[in-house]
Amino acid sequence: MKKTWQLEDLDCAHCAMKMQEGIAKVDGVISVSVNYLSARLTIEAEEKDMNRIIQEAVKICRRIEPDCRILL
Amino acid sequence: MTRRQKKNLRRILLAAVLTLAVALIPAGLLPTVWGGEEERTLLRLLLFLCPYLVVGGDVLLSAGRNLLRGQLLDEKFLMAISTVGAFALGEYTEGVAVMLLYQVGELFQGIAVGKSRRHIASLMDIRPDTACVLRQGEYLTVSPDEVAAGETIRLLPGERIPLDGRVITGESSLNTAALTGESLPRSVSPGDRVISGVVNMSGELLVCVESVYAESTVSRILELVENAAEKKARVESFITRFAHWYTPCVVAVALLLGIIPPLFVGNPAEWISRALIFLVVSCPCALVISVPLSFFGGIGGASRHGILIKGASYMEVLAGAHTVVFDKTGTLTRGAFRVAEVHAVDGQEQALLALAAAVEAHSNHPIARSVCEACREEALPAVTAICEVAGQGMTAMLNGLPVLVGNGRLMAENSISYTPFAGIGTVLYVAVGGVYRGCLLLADEIKPETKASLAALKACGVRRTVMLTGDRAEIGEAVAREIGLDEAYCELLPGDKVARVDAMRTARPGLIYVGDGINDAPVLSLADVGVAMGALGSDAAIEAADVVLMEDRLSKLPQAIQISRRTMRIVRQNIIFALGVKGLALLLGAFGYANMWGAIFADVGVMVLAILNAMRTMYVKKRKE
Repeated sequence: MKKTWQLEDLDCAHCAMKMQEGIAKVDGVISVSVNYLSARLTIEAEEKDMNRIIQEAVKICRRIEPDCRILL
Repeated sequence: MTRRQKKNLRRILLAAVLTLAVALIPAGLLPTVWGGEEERTLLRLLLFLCPYLVVGGDVLLSAGRNLLRGQLLDEKFLMAISTVGAFALGEYTEGVAVMLLYQVGELFQGIAVGKSRRHIASLMDIRPDTACVLRQGEYLTVSPDEVAAGETIRLLPGERIPLDGRVITGESSLNTAALTGESLPRSVSPGDRVISGVVNMSGELLVCVESVYAESTVSRILELVENAAEKKARVESFITRFAHWYTPCVVAVALLLGIIPPLFVGNPAEWISRALIFLVVSCPCALVISVPLSFFGGIGGASRHGILIKGASYMEVLAGAHTVVFDKTGTLTRGAFRVAEVHAVDGQEQALLALAAAVEAHSNHPIARSVCEACREEALPAVTAICEVAGQGMTAMLNGLPVLVGNGRLMAENSISYTPFAGIGTVLYVAVGGVYRGCLLLADEIKPETKASLAALKACGVRRTVMLTGDRAEIGEAVAREIGLDEAYCELLPGDKVARVDAMRTARPGLIYVGDGINDAPVLSLADVGVAMGALGSDAAIEAADVVLMEDRLSKLPQAIQISRRTMRIVRQNIIFALGVKGLALLLGAFGYANMWGAIFADVGVMVLAILNAMRTMYVKKRKE
């Protein structure tokens, strides 16, 4: 399944790219896109993995761009 | 502005005031307070550090953090290095100015992107918030995604229709402007289909919901536009690859510049200063942000005009289109028959039409219906014993005489001598009491704007216009001649269309195929860009096509090409401008002709200008018609 979240204060295109690369490495992620312009995070994964993945994603985002929050 | 942007603005203003104050303290004032030359320099350094830390403290922190994580080529790290370097060389004003302007640039970029996001969001302001659903005799206001298919919803005037459905009771006119870009009201009455996203204007409606929210027109369109950014144009991928290599290369050259020449010619301070200029110019932000922003704006601007472009890559093809292939029926022509000519043996055309209409009124065949529509007479002749002869026409009785309305075969079977009529279209012959009385010519009408749109396409740089049709050669060729097409291929089976398009596309890439999107999905997906017309309310067409014209108007196609061409032009301007200025700054910097101020312009100034230019794509002028 695919799920989309809004990102708040995503201010740099480069960071968006790094977030995408980081989240792509999380176990169980089938596909991921961090869209800088629409400020959206879309993750495709098995439903059972989704909770764990989004928690990982929050951590990754905090590490790369501390100001940016995923609106859960 | 968000709270964070306001905070940053305050920091920038404070730092700017401080810098100005410090820079304006007359040099002569300092020694009177303090003694020697060394103390004076130290004092100046301390004074300049105040605005520097106010405006750049967070950049230094984040650079330090990135350093610990081994991310050396982060733009914040580069900024920190170059400003600290400037301070080390005693260029305090420049150091503060680089940091200050870098932050101004960042702030500006944040505001510009936020503005674009909101602008696009307002374009796509078709998402309904609530639905008023009838449950157990009461109207409840719920979120649209809680409504199931088959439930009844109520729509008051002024409300946006939340879900696709069919009108049960009530009459109203609908404003489809949000979906089609045209504010022509459309009237609906019981039995008509209504589409989510349009606004109910005048009357209260009760609507039976036909599909759940996730499958409604509005959510499909929103999903499509939101995903459009994922299909990257070639030029976008080029920029990404370029940015990947540009920064490391410039930084490497900066390092070499700072280390190697001083070994031979001495004067390390000068060479390090030149190296710092390189570092300031090393960020490819102007391109990395402005190119996707241009496409984002272009796609958003087009959607405001009822043109949905599913990705930046299709914009690229549209802009450079060479061949446009059309399906005839429903695209160039209305796809509905119309009585074009009436010929009566006795010259009584109206009477002949009325007689034919009286007989045909009892049939559901499309030809029969258009005969009835063409007849303006209120009182039709009273015909009886109406009978349909499959594949031939209709028979009936009028005042005891047999009436025949049908094709040549019907006449021949009843051994009636008639004059075959050589017109382009379908001919209906009429005979009464065994005597031929005249004929009706039914033709598929060409849409009124077809000819002008084809001319507009040529003006947009399209070289070749081609029509494909399954229709008879004489009809197809006559249509092609009339509207001024370059080529027409007739009597094609659906498979032939696919083969024909494939051959043309292989011979010359840049092929657009335009169809109604309902029965030509394979051809749509085969073309470089498949355009579906009049797709409002047709999910299949929205799925299959790369570009969707919400309204059944061919004039939207040249407009789509114009928007794409303008977007590509802006993208190219930005690439050439940004690369040109940066290249120049690097060159001048290496030979010692550029100072820190030039470098700041090449970085922040270029970025600001490129973003401003990119934002132009959002504003698409209404086309003069």
